[in-house]
Order: sequence, then structure tokens, then C-alpha cells
Amino acid sequence: MNYNVDEKGYYGDFGGAYIPEMLYPNISELRENYLKISMESEFKKEFDDLLKDYVGRPTPLYFAKRLSEKYNTKIYLKREDLCHTGAHKVNNTIGQILLAKRLGKNRIIAETGAGQHGVATATVCALMGIKCVVYMGAIDIKRQAPNVARMKMLGAEVYPAKSGSKTLKDATNEAIRDWINNPIDTHYIIGSVVGPHPYPDMVARFQSVISEETKWQLKEQEGRDYPDHVIACVGGGSNAAGIYFHYLNDERVNIIAVEAAGKGIDSGESAATSVLGKEGIIHGSKTLLMQTHDGQITEPYSISAGLDYPGIGPMHAHLYRTKRAEFISIPDQEAMDWGLILSQMEGIIPAIETAHAFAVLDIRKFKEHEIIVFNCSGRGDKDLDTYIEHFKL
Amino acid sequence: MNRIDQKFRDNRKLLSIYFSAGHPNLEDTVPILKKLESSGVDMVEIGLPFSDPLADGPTIQKSSTQALRNGMTTDKLLSQLKNIRTHIDIPLVLMGYFNPMMQFGIEKFCKRCESIGIDGLIIPDLPVDVYQREYKNLFDKHGLYNMFLITPQTSEERIRYIDKVSKGFIYMVSSASVTGAKNTFGNNQIDYFQRVSAMRLTSPTLVGFGISNSVTYAAATQYSNGAIIGSAFIKFLEDKGVERINEFILSIRN
Repeated sequence: MNYNVDEKGYYGDFGGAYIPEMLYPNISELRENYLKISMESEFKKEFDDLLKDYVGRPTPLYFAKRLSEKYNTKIYLKREDLCHTGAHKVNNTIGQILLAKRLGKNRIIAETGAGQHGVATATVCALMGIKCVVYMGAIDIKRQAPNVARMKMLGAEVYPAKSGSKTLKDATNEAIRDWINNPIDTHYIIGSVVGPHPYPDMVARFQSVISEETKWQLKEQEGRDYPDHVIACVGGGSNAAGIYFHYLNDERVNIIAVEAAGKGIDSGESAATSVLGKEGIIHGSKTLLMQTHDGQITEPYSISAGLDYPGIGPMHAHLYRTKRAEFISIPDQEAMDWGLILSQMEGIIPAIETAHAFAVLDIRKFKEHEIIVFNCSGRGDKDLDTYIEHFKL
Repeated sequence: MNRIDQKFRDNRKLLSIYFSAGHPNLEDTVPILKKLESSGVDMVEIGLPFSDPLADGPTIQKSSTQALRNGMTTDKLLSQLKNIRTHIDIPLVLMGYFNPMMQFGIEKFCKRCESIGIDGLIIPDLPVDVYQREYKNLFDKHGLYNMFLITPQTSEERIRYIDKVSKGFIYMVSSASVTGAKNTFGNNQIDYFQRVSAMRLTSPTLVGFGISNSVTYAAATQYSNGAIIGSAFIKFLEDKGVERINEFILSIRN
């Protein structure tokens, strides 16, 4: 079984490009160029140099000693939280802005939920001196004021998405509409492994640096370049795609995907797409998504704004359907608890998204000799208000 | 013969109207259709509302959201239209996004459309190649035409391809934009209309997006077989109501 994208842009039953004709030229241009350009040695050098000197890569693969002792297994953390801007998101925005430049684009648009991808996009636009517009749900703008301020400081314009539920999915709709209205000069930097082909594959490839580094770092520390388990949280699924990428076809590695159960799978307030979703089309991609019986897309819920997307990337839908990955959903409460546990056992305050992944340690038993790699995808600075409120700090 | 083909045989400039089913009120669908036909409209696109209409501007988004709030569903719309052919003779096209049709079941959807007497479909987010590969046979079997869009950015080669595989008509999107009313067309748009007109396509063309009044209607139909009005009609419905539809149609044909 192949878990990478096929030549038509599908992962098994999922993926493709279900786009209006208005976007056909933009998407074709990307499809025809993204591999070619990103393979060029000059592109690679610029990408690698920026990842090293600007983002701060390679990020450490850190052996979490106290956690390992407590759970009697070998736990490693891939420290994406140490990336510039505080999360893995910037790996992708660096790649896409270099691509956009080579395609002659002089305007960038992006969608953002909690604001992490918006900040990562505004950052690289400032770096390159390119105009940046970020769409953000009107409700999220209110909830995530510090990130809105960051984007503005970085010179981006933040437009509120006022349609529908006024959150991430609507911000994505608005960004797509902007692209329809500006088909020539604009590149749309999607922040996750979602959207029409080639986006899921392109974003996964830019994020694949995470598992590329993990391989040689593990080899150095453990004498073998693969773990027994890789674990990551999945909203759209970009950090997960990055840490899985080089292990997708390596059956020695068990893949675990962690979704947000919100207030519980059956509570009506959840974001566990693999359990609650059905096959359908969202933002140009055939995948699993949360929807009504009548095919209207519903609003997911999670305490972490980065996990409340109603779909998952088509790669992950395929990993779920083929059972290549084990899917686990973690409720708000457990995720919040793990925010505290990781802080006090390892001195690392994780993003709430990231904290979901660690909660697997309470559910799944691992053997003493097994090596587990967690993708520590983001830091918790942005979530301090939520932590303060939750723990009455 | 499909009613759409029949319409184009007359060689007149056609006026087609789009509205979101279930808006302003849930049960307005049939009264609107009757009024449109009696006002002399040539064809109607009935919009199947969707939560995430990503090719639509604010007016249609709003009407779509309202329709969903009113309780419109795919099944409800098809039930409302069940006996429509006892009243209405003009071609009827259903226009909507693909996900609700998928959830209803494409085959079941096509069967229901056929039994009602729907003539065709416009599905903006179902690309031509996927349609040809996966759904064409099914649509053909049920006598349904599927109309495709072209835009000012569509290459000549692709327009030729779309022309070759099209049935009914080609939906010419007037500018690089989402749906929405505009007062005039710019030179770029007129150039594009002329360019496509000069290609002498086999399929008739209807211009849509941005048509709102007699000026834009006249400009668009000078180079095409007719035009489609959506947002401007929806705004009129909201302001003036179903009873006065004929005033709107007269103002366009003026």
C-alpha cells in the first residue's frame, strides 16, 4: 500500500481538487510547478538556509527523562515548539513564500483559526517584503487578540470573515473567494494539509523536514533511525503529516493520530472528525468531514482553536480508512491536564493542541524498550489565557 | 429533446434567473417559479443552499444561509418541485455545490431530478475532468445536462475542450470574481466577451456573475446567447417580494 499522494492527487479514496473553474488556472499553475520548483537546488538551498538561520532548525529531538521513567518507556520530543513564531507552521510558510516568489506573485493571502498560521504567514511576508492579507473569523479575532496584534505588527492586514459561523472554515471560504477575485498576482498560503491537490502534498512535503531530522537524530541517539510509535495531534493535520512523512511506508513504525474530543464524542461539541465525520467535500478536497445528514458542514468544537477544523487532511482520512494509523480522541479536560504535566515534569509549556497528543500516555500502554516520538508541535504562550482561566493561575 | 436545447433553437437572447430555494421564505420556491415564467423568463436556475458556498459573493451567501435557517434541504426542495411540470414549461436547472448532492446519493439525486423534469445541473465545485470520469454516464442515463463554467482566465485550449464536452450551454463567468451584482462592465470584460464570441463555439453561451440591470444585460447578450441574473434578483426579492417579480424582469428587458 502506498500512503503518499498518487499522480492524480488522491490518497486512496480521498483528495483530488474539487474546485470551481475560476480557480482552475491557479491550481494548475501550482500543480505543474510545485515539485519542479521545490526540487531545484537553488530553491532547496534558500529553503534550507532559512530553516537553519531564521527558523532555528534543526529543532532538538529531546529525550524526556522524567516522563520516560514515569511511564517506563523511551519518550522523545521533537521540539517544533522551538521554531521561530512558536510552532511548526513556519516550515510551510517559508516553503510556500519561496514558491510564490518564483511564480511571480506579489500578494499573499492566508486563513487562520487561532492565529498561529496567520502569524507564520505574516512573518515570512515581512521577511520577503510581500503584501499580506490574513482572513480570520470575526469570532476568532475577538478570542485571539494577541495574535491579531502580532500580525498587524508584522505589517499584515487582518480581514474578519463575517459569513457562516465566523470561524476557521469561514475564514478559509473568504480566502478562497479572495483568490477567485485575484487570480493573477496572488498566492494563497494554506496552513494545513487540506484544500485541493496539490496543497495537501505540498504542505506535507514542506513539513516533512520534521521527520527527516527525526531520522538522523534518532540514529545518533538510539542507533536506529525509526521509532516504534510516532504520535501527533491532528486538526487539519500538518504537524502530524510532517512527523509521519518519512515513516508512512515504514510498517515498523506505528502511527498514532490524536484528535480533539472536545467535551466528549457524543456531546455535540467535539472535533473528532474520524469518528464523527463522513466522506464528503470541504474546501476543494474529498475527505472525512463533520456535516449534517443533508451535507451541510457543521461547526466543530475543541478548547484548542487549532484543532477545531471540521475536516481532516485527505492523507489522514486515508491513514484512518486503511487503518495505517491508530486514531485516538482526547477530551478538553485531559488535554488541559497534560498542559500542566508536561510543564511540571519537563519544563515545557505546550500549546493545548500539542498537549492532546501527550494524553495518549494515559490510555495506551507502551513497552519498556519501545521508542516513542511525540511531535511537540507548538508552545503554550498563545494559550496562557486559557490555561490561566482553567487552572485559576 | 431537452428543453434547454429547445430554448436555444429560437435564436433569441435569453434571460435566465437564479434564486436560492427556500429564501426569502421556505415555501416560496413554486410561487417564484410561476411568477418568473409568467413574466417571460426563459430559464431558471434553482439554487440548492449550502453552508459553505465558496464561489458566491455576499448576497447569495446570505440568501443561502437564510434558506438553510428556514429549513431547506435537498429532499425538501425535490419534494416542493415534485409536481412542478404541471405548471411550468421553461427549462429548470438545479445549481448547487457537490457535497449535499453526494450525501443525498448522486444516483438517487439524478433519478429524482429526472422524475421531476429537471433539465440540467450546474455544480460549480465538480470539475469537468472528475465529471467526465465518474458521473457523466449517470447523468446521461437520466437525461440530465451538466453545464460547465468558463472565466476570463480560462485558456483557449480549455474553452475548446469544455465546448466539446458541453451539453446545453456554457456558463460564461463575466469576470474574475465571485457572484455579485455590478453596474457596468469594463473594457477587459468586453474584450473577453468578444474573444469568446470570435471563437464560434458549438455550444451556446450564457453570461453570468455581475449582471444586474438592463445595461449589463444588453452588454452581455450582445456577444452571447443570453445572460443569467442572480444576486440582483435576490436583492429585489428581499426588497419588493414575490408578487412584484414582473417589474424586475421588465426592467431588465427594457
